[in-house]
Amino acid sequence: MINKPTPHIALFIPCYVDQFYPNVAIATLEVLEKLGCKVSYPTNQTCCGQPMANAGFERDTVGTTAHFIETFAAYDYVICPSGSCVLHVKKHSPKAPGLEKEQAALHDKIFEFTEFLTDILGIEKLAGRYPHRIGYHASCHGQRGLRLASCSELHEPPYNKAKKLLENLEGLQWVELARTDECCGFGGTFAVSEEALSVQMGKDRLEDHITHQVEILTGGDMSCIMHLQGIASRQKQSIQFKHLAEILNEAII
Amino acid sequence: MSHPHEAAEFLKDPAKSKWHDETLWFIRDKRDKMSHTVPEWEELRELASTIKDNVLGNLADYLEEFEQNAIKNGVQIHWAKDAEEHNEIVLSILRKKDCTAIVKSKSILTEECHLNPFLEKHGVEVVDTDLGERIVQFLNQPPSHIVLPAIHLKKREISELFHEKLNTEKGNEDPYYLTQAARHHLREKFLAAKVAITGVNFGVAETGEFVVCTNEGNADMGAHLADTHIASMGIEKIIPERKHLAVFLRLLARSATGQNITNYNSHFRSPEKGKEIHIILVDNGRTAQLGRENFRNSLKCIRCGACMNTCPIYRRSGGFSYKSTVPGPIGSILSPGLDLKKHSSLPFASTLCGSCTDVCPVKINIHEQLYLWRQEVTKAQGTSLKGLSMKMGNGIFKSPLSYNYSGKIMRLALKNLPTSMIYNPLNVWGKQRDLPPVPKESFKEWYQKNRK
Repeated sequence: MINKPTPHIALFIPCYVDQFYPNVAIATLEVLEKLGCKVSYPTNQTCCGQPMANAGFERDTVGTTAHFIETFAAYDYVICPSGSCVLHVKKHSPKAPGLEKEQAALHDKIFEFTEFLTDILGIEKLAGRYPHRIGYHASCHGQRGLRLASCSELHEPPYNKAKKLLENLEGLQWVELARTDECCGFGGTFAVSEEALSVQMGKDRLEDHITHQVEILTGGDMSCIMHLQGIASRQKQSIQFKHLAEILNEAII
Repeated sequence: MSHPHEAAEFLKDPAKSKWHDETLWFIRDKRDKMSHTVPEWEELRELASTIKDNVLGNLADYLEEFEQNAIKNGVQIHWAKDAEEHNEIVLSILRKKDCTAIVKSKSILTEECHLNPFLEKHGVEVVDTDLGERIVQFLNQPPSHIVLPAIHLKKREISELFHEKLNTEKGNEDPYYLTQAARHHLREKFLAAKVAITGVNFGVAETGEFVVCTNEGNADMGAHLADTHIASMGIEKIIPERKHLAVFLRLLARSATGQNITNYNSHFRSPEKGKEIHIILVDNGRTAQLGRENFRNSLKCIRCGACMNTCPIYRRSGGFSYKSTVPGPIGSILSPGLDLKKHSSLPFASTLCGSCTDVCPVKINIHEQLYLWRQEVTKAQGTSLKGLSMKMGNGIFKSPLSYNYSGKIMRLALKNLPTSMIYNPLNVWGKQRDLPPVPKESFKEWYQKNRK
């Protein structure tokens, strides 16, 4: 649980969410506000540098990283509705000369949205109503990078932070998939550089949800969802797509 | 040829690529089930990884210990710094034995050294005796998987091949029938060969013995019938003590095929009276990899193939798409060390999903190394077009003003350009995917209106 009476939380909104999915950012903000958090959105934030680093240009992101640290250093927590961006900041952002202390501190206070709710706010059960069949897409960076759920490859007791937040919502049906944590094939620049594979992986993931009669496909990373949604839209599938924060925001009062 | 090109070719036969994906997923699933029966699985992985840390940290000492003990056992030791030396050593032994036909059990190392074409060029007939290897050898193909060399072929294709090569009944696809035909064919080769070559799964420093793991018993058949046994061994295959086999053999069988034990774990220690055992210890780039701090862990690999079976890219693009002796995730971190230019697309043949790292029985941080190889590839390539746009990206993201401006332009452009321009052939995203509907304002704009 948060120790300070009113910790100041900064919202870190991935650049593509800012530009393409403002509703996801709004939902993230509103859910945190409903849960009693004091939240600000530092408006001079840009990008974490992940697209460049994953393409092999980590060394060119020092400036981006330094700007990121300076933007968020003053806050108690930094919350982001994307496991992938959080993992990048923690694991792959290059050392920012002169900001070593701030950078180390930031790595301890930046959290993906669902893990902040379950691990820091300590939420055991959310009250609300959401009568829909939900399929959860476990994004790899959240799944195997941040360990937001138990991984099918490992021997560990089962857990799933997203499921914990959703499963008590009245009427919600959590759908078990055939392959619980296989990659959707987005993978940043992979989506374009390996287009054929990327789309095939996306089609396969989508098929798993559709054959299990999923009504709404959700997850913690809009990048994966954008990719899956793009394929579904082209195929004229009726399945809907929502970020987990949108579902929570609609469900809880 | 680059991986994306090869992968796209493989995917042109959707039914076959789906079958390939499902077949390998079945093995991954079997691995999950079988490994879950071992309560201490994660401890075993950790232990194996730590033992290998020790081996890599003291490799020279263990190799010398192994050599001394093997010599005491009456084994002849050879050292090869590269593939060429390895092949020459093999040839010189064959010449001494006046041998022109050999049998070989599965050895990725001899594939790595391209031993078969070398020996054939020198008039030696090489017969691969692992069933899958024999099949790909008939087709003049390399193995597409390190444990399942012919996994890219379907029963029908093998039936047609055997009809042509072994005169089996046309159209008979019964696996038992086809396997029997292969056994009869191979039996003749086993009986005729004076020299047998095997790989090595583990070399035990403490005793000088080595262990070869096969499911078909073909290594034993070859080695016991021949007068001379040549074992080709990568220098990283050392383990310090015999008791460590208890860790590695349990991990290997379950990770590779989901068996609780490999059918034949054969220990070779001393030659029979009147016979010879030769071990060729091969470097071929391993010392260089050992010297690369970020990548040395890749030498822990015990060649189980689990990272291939779990890899969503490998399953859908096939082993040949990697153009590398060892394909899949582990190949993508080993091969750039051998030839960075040739294998430069391999570190990018991944979404960095991390499944390879989590299935790896010796805990190699495969996906992390893929990320690190990407950094090396771009450095070696110098300033490319992609690099330039990435640098521009850093310029945009460093400054909030230019980020806001370019984001706005992008949304405006997407909204107002005709669809034909957004989905033109240059827009790879749009070939099979739509873009999300463009919102009227960014979150930042919304926030400034609604919260400030």
